[in-house]
Amino acid sequence: MATLLQIHEPGATPAPHASDGGLAVGIDLGTTNSVVAVSAAGKPEVLRDADGKALVPSVVAYAPDGSCIVGGMARNLLLDRPECVVGSIKRLMGRGVEDVKALAGVLPFDVDPQPEGETGMVRLNVAGHKLTPVKISADILSALKERAEEHLGYLVDQAVITVPAYFDDAARNATKDAAKLAGIEVLRLVNEPTAAALAYGLDRQAEGIYAVYDLGGGTFDISILRMEKGVFQVLATGGDAALGGDDFDHAIAEHFLTERSSEKQLTGSEVKMALMTARLAKECLSEENSGQWVLDIDNVQTMHSLDRKTYEGLIEELVERTQNICKSVMDDAAVTPDDIKGVVLVGGSTRVPLVRQKVAELFAKEPLADIDPDEVVAIGAALQAEALTVGSDTLLLDVTPLSLGLETMGGLVEKVIPRNTPIPVAKAQEFTTYMDGQSAMAVHVVQGDREMVDQNRSLARFELRGIPPMTAGAARIRVTFAVDADGLLTVSAREDSTGIEAEVAVKPSYGINEEEMATMLFDSMKHAKDDMESRLLAETRVEAGRNLNAVSAALANDGHLLSDAEFNTIKAIVQKLEEAAKGDVRDAITAAAEQLEEATKAFAEKRMDRGIRSALRGVDIDALDEKASSS
Amino acid sequence: MDGPNTTTDNARAGEAGVIACWSCKGPVAQITPLCETCGAVQPPGQLDHYKRLGLAVTFDIHVGELDQLYFDLQRRLHPDRFVTRSPQEKAISQLQATAINDAYETLKDPFKRADYLVHLRGMDVLPEGCNLVNDQELLMESMELREALSDAETVAEIDALSMRANDDIKLCIEQLSTLFNNDDIEGACKLTTRLKYLQKLAEETCIHRKKLI
Repeated sequence: MATLLQIHEPGATPAPHASDGGLAVGIDLGTTNSVVAVSAAGKPEVLRDADGKALVPSVVAYAPDGSCIVGGMARNLLLDRPECVVGSIKRLMGRGVEDVKALAGVLPFDVDPQPEGETGMVRLNVAGHKLTPVKISADILSALKERAEEHLGYLVDQAVITVPAYFDDAARNATKDAAKLAGIEVLRLVNEPTAAALAYGLDRQAEGIYAVYDLGGGTFDISILRMEKGVFQVLATGGDAALGGDDFDHAIAEHFLTERSSEKQLTGSEVKMALMTARLAKECLSEENSGQWVLDIDNVQTMHSLDRKTYEGLIEELVERTQNICKSVMDDAAVTPDDIKGVVLVGGSTRVPLVRQKVAELFAKEPLADIDPDEVVAIGAALQAEALTVGSDTLLLDVTPLSLGLETMGGLVEKVIPRNTPIPVAKAQEFTTYMDGQSAMAVHVVQGDREMVDQNRSLARFELRGIPPMTAGAARIRVTFAVDADGLLTVSAREDSTGIEAEVAVKPSYGINEEEMATMLFDSMKHAKDDMESRLLAETRVEAGRNLNAVSAALANDGHLLSDAEFNTIKAIVQKLEEAAKGDVRDAITAAAEQLEEATKAFAEKRMDRGIRSALRGVDIDALDEKASSS
Repeated sequence: MDGPNTTTDNARAGEAGVIACWSCKGPVAQITPLCETCGAVQPPGQLDHYKRLGLAVTFDIHVGELDQLYFDLQRRLHPDRFVTRSPQEKAISQLQATAINDAYETLKDPFKRADYLVHLRGMDVLPEGCNLVNDQELLMESMELREALSDAETVAEIDALSMRANDDIKLCIEQLSTLFNNDDIEGACKLTTRLKYLQKLAEETCIHRKKLI
């Protein structure tokens, strides 16, 4: 029999053609710098600019007309036009106005004061525009996408994007929204330390338990993984979503500003300048023992000298915080430094000598940094993008970084899914009513590991409505929490005694709402509509491929159950669907698929009938065996 | 309605442990995660954790074997393997991976495994909604240990307590193995409750120790 359709094992699918969208890329969307990489035939490559630079500074400069530039050129504008330039936007991903108020003054952002009582995503004033962190991140992603397209020569619309392991649900959702806005389909959000471990493990054939210490510009992660024959199993992870090299800059800037002893309240732009000088000082002190810098603010120049010892005194407390987190995570993973075979350093901030020294002390071994700590995450993301699209034997098994819980009486948190649970995971929790005839119930989902609700991060609030009137305590409401492989939460609920499904749409407390998303997508008309149609067509093709695969397998296996006429009828429709799937007319594919469905019904019956009969024969024999052995 | 969907045929199919593959519509054994004919991933269905991972129903588990079975299943069924497939296959693979994780997490941990095994054998360690332990001996022991912990002022004292708790946990697991092997489910039930208390105590000694340092 002629092959109707080639059947590919997940590991053996040939690489898609450029016309199908080409290879998917891996993107490390960092606080300070971003990197894009691609992998083909297991060989990852970081995509560089004409000067050989892999790092794209995560800085965006906006013009009054809304157009923008991203990267080094934007950063160069920081001193001249600070009010038009934004950096470190990752720190605000998934944050609400209240969160940012708590950081006010510390961050170099001009936050738009929102009307009283209005919640939702924070907005920044940049060059006369009000921009969300999602929009700004989307602009960075678009620049990376462009770089990849220039290198590869075809449209790049799929990517693996990395996020800090410690990112919460809101920040992960915000990252996915940013990608959508940039016209990128996120194949998977991968945790940064896990991506680094993948790059490192595959390159070095590492086996055993490893720690990945990832100190970036704005986030700190520590993950402990077991690597075994291509499986990367995260045992425990922890971190701080607001601790990184930026904080070192702040410490130095504050030191300089104290030396200036100026009473004047600095503007956002002036803070940006002070931070830029501080960053230069930090980078210099990773190499040199001391240096001098000039702070030029408000036409007043002051000279500041700093030696490494004083600098280390300024940041020591910050580095110790990372050490304490490492210790807790080792406890969670039930390992000691002796069990850990190697410590991999990730993130530009691990270049700071004090960081290396403290990590070496804590784990009692010299850390490994032979893959560039700035590029290793993007390399891992590219390898994973290849594994997901082309196929691979490697497997990443990750965990939830933070516990998920519910608010109970007295503002306490009841944990539903504890931290470090392997994902995907689903857990159900039963609730009941506390009043006769109660028809609705408020549910508040929080993420975090503290005892009280207000110490944790509010993820979502929703109401279960339509509970049938019953006496107090009689209703049985089962709420299921599911975390998918991206670490994203969905919630569903049903009342068990009546079977009524209560549909729950979880609105993230600080997310972007649907309407906003639609408007933003509409605004970036570059993609919107065409994108939608081509996506639908792609999905229909995938479904047709699945259908053809299934029918051809069934014919190969059970074709003898059919008469020649029946066989040929099915085969003719199979060919019709194959032809349709090659074309661009979605309705034609759908119609042929339905026809095939109809034509194979009787065939399916015959196969089932035969399958059941042969299975029952098996059961009878087993049952007889059982009787024989028990007597 | 067509054949395989009628009630009698469904009943027959159920009896035979055979269901219709959602993709190629042919027969597939209920415990098979991937259709043998067309390779489509099948919904996880209702299997006990042991059957799902392919382990014999016993308290004595070889952790290395458990890991290997777990990895092998996830290699085939994890959503990462279905990224380019149809939305339905993606969703089913997520259900599969979730069920496998649940089974793995339950059987890996001695307390959860004992608790689950007691349940499989028709009893419950702590029935839902009931947190009272009706075991005077255990209550006395736990109170005594807790008092010792709150009185402990030095790291050495805490370390001694933690060592005692960990030794007790080890012994408790050994005894549980004997009880399960002798089919003494009632005894195992009682001892599982003790294991829970001991694990909690060991955790608290850790927390206490951190506060002291």
